[in-house]
Amino acid sequence: MTAYLHVMVDSVENAAATTDLEQPYLALGLKPEEYLSIRGILGRRPTEAELAMYSVMWSEHCSYKSSKVHLAYFGSTTTPKMRSKMLAGIGENAGVVDIGDGWAVTFKVESHNHPSYVEPYQGAATGVGGIVRDILAMGARPVAVLDQLRFGPVDAADSLRIVPGVVAGVGGYGNSLGLPNIGGEVVFDSSYAGNPLVNAGCIGVLRAADMYTAHASGTGNKVVLYGSRTGLDGIGGVSVLASDTFSGDGSAGAGSNSRRKLPSVQVGDPFAEKVLIECTLEVFAAGLVVGIQDLGGAGLSCATSELAAAGDGGMRIDLDAVPLRADRMSAAEILSSESQERMCAVVTPDKVAAFLAVCRKWEVEADVIGEVTNTGRLVVTHHGEVVVDVPPRTVAHDGPVYRRPIERPATQDALQANSSDSLVRPAPAELGELILRMVASPNLCSRAWVTDQYDRYVRGNTVLAQPADAGIVRVDDSGGFHLGLAMSTDCNARYTMLDPYAGAQLALAEAYRNVATTGAVPVAVTDCLNFGSPEDPAVMWQLSEAIHGIADGCAVLGIPVTGGNVSLYNQTGACAILPTPVVGVLGVIDDVRRRTIPGIGHDDGETLILLGETRDELDGSEWANLVHGHLGGLPPRVDLAAEALLGEILLAGSRDGMISAAHDLSEGGLAQAVVEMCLIGETGARVVLPPDADPFVALFSESAARVLVAVPRTEELRFGEMCAMRRQPWVRIGVVDSGNPEGKFLEIQDVARLSLTDLRHAWEGTLPGIFGVATFG
Amino acid sequence: MITFPGTLDDVDAARAVRFAGATAVALWHADEDIKGVDAVVVPGGFSYGDYLRAGAIAAQAPVMRAVIDGARSGLPILGICNGFQILCEAGLLPGALVRNAGLKFICRDQWLRVENVTSAWTSRFEPGAEILVPLKNAEGRYVADVDVLDRLEGEGRVLVRYVASAVPGAAANPNGALRDIAGICSADGRVVGLMPHPEHAIDPLTGPTDDGLGLFLSVVDFLSGVTVR
Amino acid sequence: MARVGVDVVIKDEILDPQGKAILAALARTGHPGVSSVRQGKHFDLEVDDSVSDSDLQEIAGSLLANPVIETWAVTRLPARPADE
Repeated sequence: MTAYLHVMVDSVENAAATTDLEQPYLALGLKPEEYLSIRGILGRRPTEAELAMYSVMWSEHCSYKSSKVHLAYFGSTTTPKMRSKMLAGIGENAGVVDIGDGWAVTFKVESHNHPSYVEPYQGAATGVGGIVRDILAMGARPVAVLDQLRFGPVDAADSLRIVPGVVAGVGGYGNSLGLPNIGGEVVFDSSYAGNPLVNAGCIGVLRAADMYTAHASGTGNKVVLYGSRTGLDGIGGVSVLASDTFSGDGSAGAGSNSRRKLPSVQVGDPFAEKVLIECTLEVFAAGLVVGIQDLGGAGLSCATSELAAAGDGGMRIDLDAVPLRADRMSAAEILSSESQERMCAVVTPDKVAAFLAVCRKWEVEADVIGEVTNTGRLVVTHHGEVVVDVPPRTVAHDGPVYRRPIERPATQDALQANSSDSLVRPAPAELGELILRMVASPNLCSRAWVTDQYDRYVRGNTVLAQPADAGIVRVDDSGGFHLGLAMSTDCNARYTMLDPYAGAQLALAEAYRNVATTGAVPVAVTDCLNFGSPEDPAVMWQLSEAIHGIADGCAVLGIPVTGGNVSLYNQTGACAILPTPVVGVLGVIDDVRRRTIPGIGHDDGETLILLGETRDELDGSEWANLVHGHLGGLPPRVDLAAEALLGEILLAGSRDGMISAAHDLSEGGLAQAVVEMCLIGETGARVVLPPDADPFVALFSESAARVLVAVPRTEELRFGEMCAMRRQPWVRIGVVDSGNPEGKFLEIQDVARLSLTDLRHAWEGTLPGIFGVATFG
Repeated sequence: MITFPGTLDDVDAARAVRFAGATAVALWHADEDIKGVDAVVVPGGFSYGDYLRAGAIAAQAPVMRAVIDGARSGLPILGICNGFQILCEAGLLPGALVRNAGLKFICRDQWLRVENVTSAWTSRFEPGAEILVPLKNAEGRYVADVDVLDRLEGEGRVLVRYVASAVPGAAANPNGALRDIAGICSADGRVVGLMPHPEHAIDPLTGPTDDGLGLFLSVVDFLSGVTVR
Repeated sequence: MARVGVDVVIKDEILDPQGKAILAALARTGHPGVSSVRQGKHFDLEVDDSVSDSDLQEIAGSLLANPVIETWAVTRLPARPADE
């Protein structure tokens, strides 16, 4: 019986004495040379707890070991001018941007792909939870979320499991936190069938003077762990891509064998997170915190090593002080646990009591688990023995860096040569039918089935949400302020497949354009780079090209990348996903009351003006995808100077009241944009295509740098003059038509006359038809 | 304005109170003191995570003892969404709110008809007025015994009902609530429970309309002695 | 016909937020002696004699429970007492 209760501890002392012991580093995902490097750092074999820490922190997910050399390009292309508004950038939990009036914004998008495939609801829910804690850890109040979801074909059997689960998980968690969901993406493509992409974004707002960073300084300051208890959740979850099971606890006592089979699933508790948010904001406001770090992937291993590495360089942690949810957890397990809804704060000794009192008020468990030291070592004790004694930087930052082989795949030329020119195009008489088919297609139909499961109203500051081009939230409505934030995220992975450099720039261009379309000024960029295996040179080529595309594009547009996330190994067997660099653009609008809405109907007879040039660009288009199942050729031409000019026109139009509605043209082209403007505004329109244009190309080409705007008749002259003066290409293509006694119609002269009722049925019926009606009746 | 752990719409409700020209006073779930307020709003959210039954745990909170006492002496009380659930769990209103018939969280703009304009919270509306306010919940289906429903109808205590919108194809009743009930009131018309969110419809900039402001203006009228119809 | 009960609970090692919230409420409302609450689901099934124990395990493990995070127990219940 005593033997059963006895817990063996693999102490540092023990490790030094048994330095030849064989260790299961391979099963933990470490390569032999990485293991040797750890031994070199320590001058002995690592203890089990140290091995667990290094393996999880040196995993691809935490160390970015394959992408680091490429990500450096973001820094080298950011000019001092671009940097001038950045209060924190790459390397922090999330980038922070100064938006004026004393306010700052922090925003980020992160992936939670694999866990969402294993357990869609909890995977998506904890993805939202993780990104919200990242934002909170910067000292900001989270104010909105956006989610970027990519699934296999809608009619795949597994989609019926994954799609409703993920959507319910995003909603279930975000709704319970009281965060409005203001936008995002839903894309279906067969490449995501065994590997859905669940990216979650969050925006936070803070007073610029109140920013916090993850650092532990001030020798003698206390380290407080607060929030939920630490259990066996997601042990080894972060390393799951590299290793299936966690087996570093061979001597962890009874029960360790069954624990090895634990799934890497974490269960989210949004209520615990909600009180954690309020509690954390209260300790910030009371000035009780020196530094703070959220516990996400890699749990305490990550939080303690990163805090210590960024501060005075030393920290002492006592694992016996960590409140546990499971019996007899080993040091390795406690350090690797990914239990959700936990934070780690550094607090001066005189403020610990006040800190704990705030936690008690919110019924949040909090314990002092250690203190900051000046030893330059991270020392962890368990059951009275030292189980970790390492230089924290070697865990947090000095992981391996790989220059993986890069090679443009041999098939790329053939892919680009296989243009859509060979595809049969519809006859003019078939265009009306094609419009109905396109708007009903999975990638173009209404997202209301998804977004109606998300709360977009909570906090009362949502000015725009889906289906607008970008979401807008008001920052502060006290004292006559009307400052607002806009955000849009985009990526057309089909374009990125055809040309990763241009495709990534098109993602940036579209997100930039979406923000500008609402009347906001784009100010900063984040990205979430979802790619296949870095061990495939072709994937590394895609990644490198995409990073260069985004960075070079940002330099042209003059807005910085403030942070990002990389998710690799997204593939099913040997088949990688389409390269999916999701780009998020943050915008600022000085007065939310002038935001531009996407629906027409402000006034009858308003003029519809198409801004930008339309070329015959149908390679990689939604038409080629839906009608012909074709992907080949070259993506639409990138013209970032044109995007910047278009942004200025839209801003001026919004400021001077020259635009009553605007909607960007992207997948599905002009046809999709005009249909959506009609349906959102519940108003018809008469469109006259330019006489020299091929109607099919005019309606379905996906040329970039285009926006459709509605201009009041009294402003048309002024607006046209402004475009002419600034050399903005524009063409008048129709008028708003509020309808006649027979009903409302979208009439495209000489092409089709479609009733809004039919269009609405087509647009709104698809997702409820597949995934079940969200509403009763 | 009561805040429980997990309350979400308290900032919105406080804003609505301000828009109506009144002062919002923050009340904390653990305090029995309701600070002498003239009316109470129990806002929406997921109090204590709503893990047992929606509103069940919050109904037991110290502050609710004071609220229940207040209700006995005629204090106007408005429970919105989770607040409605809490008032039902606390026994201040009959019936219960259960999971939506569609089994999903629904967030949409909902048309409602105001059936009773004599309550403390609805006097600003015209009889039969149709208003558009956001609805957002997972457990919003109002249920009660047939005789309770009959009594509510007979006493004019069905305050607000779901009605169809002008957009073709949209169903009137979003969640399967019995007799399309969206809100009810107490016999004295002072305690009101409402599933939709009037506090999200006080400004067309951030909501579909400003129709919801009428409830807050009504109670201010009521408290300042303006004649109630 | 036979009556079968299926009880589904979250696995011991997986966090049960529901149970945690109820436990905290019990402590607040003057029941400090309770040290753990796990919330689960109970299903009553009426099955005919062709449904075997392994069928029931299959039903419970594939539909009623999510084996990734939940465990289940199938209990054959005594027949209802005859109407008297």
